Amino acid sequence: MTEIFWLIPFVPALSAFILAVFGKILPKKYVSFQACFAVFISFTISVVSLLGLLRISHENYPIVKTLFSWIHSGSFESNLSLQLDPLSAVMALVVSGVGFLIHVYSVGYMAEDKGYTRYFTYLNLFTFAMLLLVMGSNIVLMFIGWEGVGLCSYLLIGFWYEKHSAANAGKKAFIVNRIGDAGFLLGIFFIFVLIGSGEFTAINKAISGGVITQGAATLIAILLFVGAIGKSAQIPLYVWLPDAMEGPTPVSALIHAATMVTAGVYMVSRMNMLYTFSGVAAQIVAIVGALTAVYAATMALTQNDIKRVLAYSTISQIGFMFIGCGVGAYAAGMFHLYTHAFFKSLLFLAAGSVMHALSGELDMRKMGGLKKYLPLTYPTFLIGAIAIAGVPFFSGFFSKDAILTQAYANGQYFIWALGIMGAVLTAFYMFRLIFLTFHGQERIEPEAKKHLHESPPMMTIPLVILAFFSVVAGYIGLPVVLGKNLNWFGRFLEPVIRVSHEAHLEIGTEWLLILISVAVALVGIYIAYVFYIRNPQIPHALVARFPFIYKLLYNKYYVDEIYNAAFVNSTVKGSEIIYDHFDLKVVDGAVNGTGSATNFSGKILSYLQTGLLKDYALVFLLGAILFLGYLLFF
Amino acid sequence: MNLPILSFVIFFPLAGAVILIFINKEKKNFLRSFAFSVALINFIISLTLYFNFNAQTPDPQFVEKEAWIGYGINYHVGIDGISLFLVLLSTFMMPIVILSSWTSIQKRIKEYLIFMLMLETGIIGVFVSLNLFLFYVFWEAMLIPMYFLIGAWGGPRRIYATLKYVLFTMFGSLLMLVAIFVLYTTYYKATGVYSFNLFDYYKIILNPNLQVWLFLAFALAFAIKVPMFPFHTWLPDAHVEAPTAGSVILAAVLLKMGAYGFLRFALPLFPEALEKFLPLLVILSLISIIYGGLMALIQKDIKSLVAYSSVSHMGLIMLAIFALNMEGIEGAIYQMLNHGLSTGALFLIVGILYERAHTRQIKDFGGVSKQMPVFSAFFLICMLSSVGLPGLNGFVGEVLCLFGVFKTNTLLAIIGVSTVILAAGYLLWMFQRVMQGPIKNEKILSFKDINKREIGYLIPIVILMFWMGIYPKPFLRKMDTSVTHLLNKVSRRERVFIKAEKDKGFISEIKKVLEKEKNKEMEEELR
Repeated sequence: MTEIFWLIPFVPALSAFILAVFGKILPKKYVSFQACFAVFISFTISVVSLLGLLRISHENYPIVKTLFSWIHSGSFESNLSLQLDPLSAVMALVVSGVGFLIHVYSVGYMAEDKGYTRYFTYLNLFTFAMLLLVMGSNIVLMFIGWEGVGLCSYLLIGFWYEKHSAANAGKKAFIVNRIGDAGFLLGIFFIFVLIGSGEFTAINKAISGGVITQGAATLIAILLFVGAIGKSAQIPLYVWLPDAMEGPTPVSALIHAATMVTAGVYMVSRMNMLYTFSGVAAQIVAIVGALTAVYAATMALTQNDIKRVLAYSTISQIGFMFIGCGVGAYAAGMFHLYTHAFFKSLLFLAAGSVMHALSGELDMRKMGGLKKYLPLTYPTFLIGAIAIAGVPFFSGFFSKDAILTQAYANGQYFIWALGIMGAVLTAFYMFRLIFLTFHGQERIEPEAKKHLHESPPMMTIPLVILAFFSVVAGYIGLPVVLGKNLNWFGRFLEPVIRVSHEAHLEIGTEWLLILISVAVALVGIYIAYVFYIRNPQIPHALVARFPFIYKLLYNKYYVDEIYNAAFVNSTVKGSEIIYDHFDLKVVDGAVNGTGSATNFSGKILSYLQTGLLKDYALVFLLGAILFLGYLLFF
Repeated sequence: MNLPILSFVIFFPLAGAVILIFINKEKKNFLRSFAFSVALINFIISLTLYFNFNAQTPDPQFVEKEAWIGYGINYHVGIDGISLFLVLLSTFMMPIVILSSWTSIQKRIKEYLIFMLMLETGIIGVFVSLNLFLFYVFWEAMLIPMYFLIGAWGGPRRIYATLKYVLFTMFGSLLMLVAIFVLYTTYYKATGVYSFNLFDYYKIILNPNLQVWLFLAFALAFAIKVPMFPFHTWLPDAHVEAPTAGSVILAAVLLKMGAYGFLRFALPLFPEALEKFLPLLVILSLISIIYGGLMALIQKDIKSLVAYSSVSHMGLIMLAIFALNMEGIEGAIYQMLNHGLSTGALFLIVGILYERAHTRQIKDFGGVSKQMPVFSAFFLICMLSSVGLPGLNGFVGEVLCLFGVFKTNTLLAIIGVSTVILAAGYLLWMFQRVMQGPIKNEKILSFKDINKREIGYLIPIVILMFWMGIYPKPFLRKMDTSVTHLLNKVSRRERVFIKAEKDKGFISEIKKVLEKEKNKEMEEELR
């Protein structure tokens, strides 16, 4: 059965095609059935392929299926070929699995929407592009998926395009991503020029064979990482992700939390040999990740929009994943990607369920005390929050701890310290969100309260399933202190991610680090409890005391404003000035000037004009003869 | 293969135009259907060129050579892997534009259609001529119908726009005519043979100083046509004033003549001069890319936005040509086809909007998607094709162009990559302002979604966009040999016979060689 693994991306593609072309005449029920079913097929094949992969010996990885030669000109060659190895299998499983649940959830969430068919077309198309991204066997194909998911993100953020803010956010996401993609493209070019092939196996072979220098590897790795910075919303290109929350909530869960935005982490893990070989590039990845992890978390502290808090949280968590990759613990980074997919999509879907209950309300200041009204949403939301905060025995704890331990073990104490800071902040803002939303005083608008209800089973069942995985998903990657062979996840990825670099600590130190992580999570939660339940005046007092800091955080460091002024407005203004004063006046002016000058001299010369055709013909003929004669005989 | 397919493809539209003269001008629908059928049949016939094209040989195929006026002026046509697709692009677009002007052109429809068909003959003639005199005739002949199409069926400033367009083109082409005559006489002096045959000219190495002047004359004519910065200002005016069909043909096919001219004439004929001017040309191309993109960003009229985007896109094509390597030139040819499809389609789309709104100002639109969902999907696809999204045609061309440039000069490619960002900027922003957001203008509420005819002419383009994006092999493989051959010529790796200097001994030797070749040809013909 493993041979058909290449069908994984194409089933949703076929479904998207059918919906795009025949969507208008298909009944609504069938549309959602087909969309969900297609992703379910992909999920099934992913499971089967993964199981099949376990039975095949490591030497035969990856299994490559070449469909046809796609672009071939000169030395640029790229096939349409897919590969199956542990890394792509895990990703395919996450994408199709979480994707399936979110498709199902959407059936309930989007039931009333007019763009129902369009929505599922885009969602299927996204699943296709994302699966192509993770299964492509060469860098060009990865780029296709990379841009493809960007397109779907654009379409889905701007899904409610009548809303100005939604259309704007979609465009912003696309353009910011394109800046990263330009870097990625240059990275691809360097790979082709220096290595001669974009196939991952060939690239790895070239690196281990010493075909490229360390400097070249660094250059390529950094250029590719520019793409990752855009796609995975890291400093300085993260600005599009918070705005992306304009899209429907299931989209935020699938694309802007669980899958697409983590593509950068996947890419770095896929190219792990390159980053490890370069060294410098890996360090940059770690630094960018660590800074982003803290920086984004600080912005999440003061936001009142429930989805925006989650968006900043996503940026911050991806930062953690990059810390893992950057310090050489790619498996740990991937592990966090995998657990994060569960708990973050859970958080988003649960937030969607809250919104659904409150007729679309997003502002936490208008929530509070929702616990008793939402008997299923509340506990699942809570599980998600506990998981992300890093409380022991929940999935997020294991993966985050793996990353931080590895950072410490590799001597990256500064990075580790930033990670710990990020972890405190995470625990704090997540529980701030929980307390503001579900506990304390009710601040619900009377109009919204009338319709207050728990969501339908179509929506709550996926919540329960995701909550289940948010608890147990971590148990396939237990820390070394609990036993040598319990990190099944790491061992499974080993054929792709060679653990040459992973340093080991003494048992005592490792336990100490785990204790610190636990303490950090609990402290964060406790502070949130003090601030928002026991003594709600404290936050107000703090705002009054440090208005500058509050304003800075609340306005997200004014980065959007700065970017707008520095890049967008200046480009538009500059172009307008060039157009008015140069294009129209100088370039075109010269043309028109020549025209008038000719016109003027023409008027004078017109005295020579007799107006008789035969005269003209004669002059013309004479001229031509003279000219030709001159050329021929002189 | 003795059927004169190429001549048929060139002159069938002209024959159609002649027949149109005798049809009653009141039978409007019959006139339209007739012209459409002529164009469609011509497209179908032209497909046989593709299927019978031998990709293994660099020599021109479907060659027809007839004595015409004498003194080297022959009727000599043929195609290779470079012109094949440009001919197909022309025959493909023609039925589409005729269909697109079904209702938008009401006055003097008969004359309009006649000019359209005449234009097709001129265009194809340019792409297939192997005799420089013939080439020039077609090059100029094509101006006449275009002059009338803009001048008679254009917008309010059409007279200004036509004059500008014609004068610009004439200025360039007159210089080119002079250069052609100089080539002619130089060849005659060197060999004593009258010839306008392009392949004869390929065989001579000209004095580098002479090359400089000739190259400048040719390059100017072509650069105006492309257009390259700073010769671009005629383009937005011509586009804005031209009727939709005129804009489509202008963007899809006529601009390609400039790039084609470089590939066919300016590069292989004057390689030494090219080397001298390469830095300048590269800089102008680069400026075109960025300048065109920035200007497109701030246009208030959708049509002039698309026009400036053409300047930017054509800049990339030229940059890739000047990369002078396989990837660059194949990418450039591929991108010419892409640009023809996507920009042509965008002009069709603007035409569809204009027919409903009678305005092209961006600020008059907003929220059109809600009213025209099907149209919106087409618009989106065409826009993304122009942006160069993978899976659609634009990506394949763009990535090859940029890679070609990258191989010769990394820095240039790094600057050139900005087109990826700029194109997304101006197109998405325009799409947002026109199609998305709330409906502000009440007129939009009365817009009807696109009808079957409009879908009918957009669908073939969209299918091709996907095809060329997903499976480019059938296109690229037909170009390989011709492009390699061209590169050999440019880099002088090919056998050259004649050194056109006043070196009598050398020349007499060359004459002998030529005579021998002639004898051989005659022998072959006898056989």
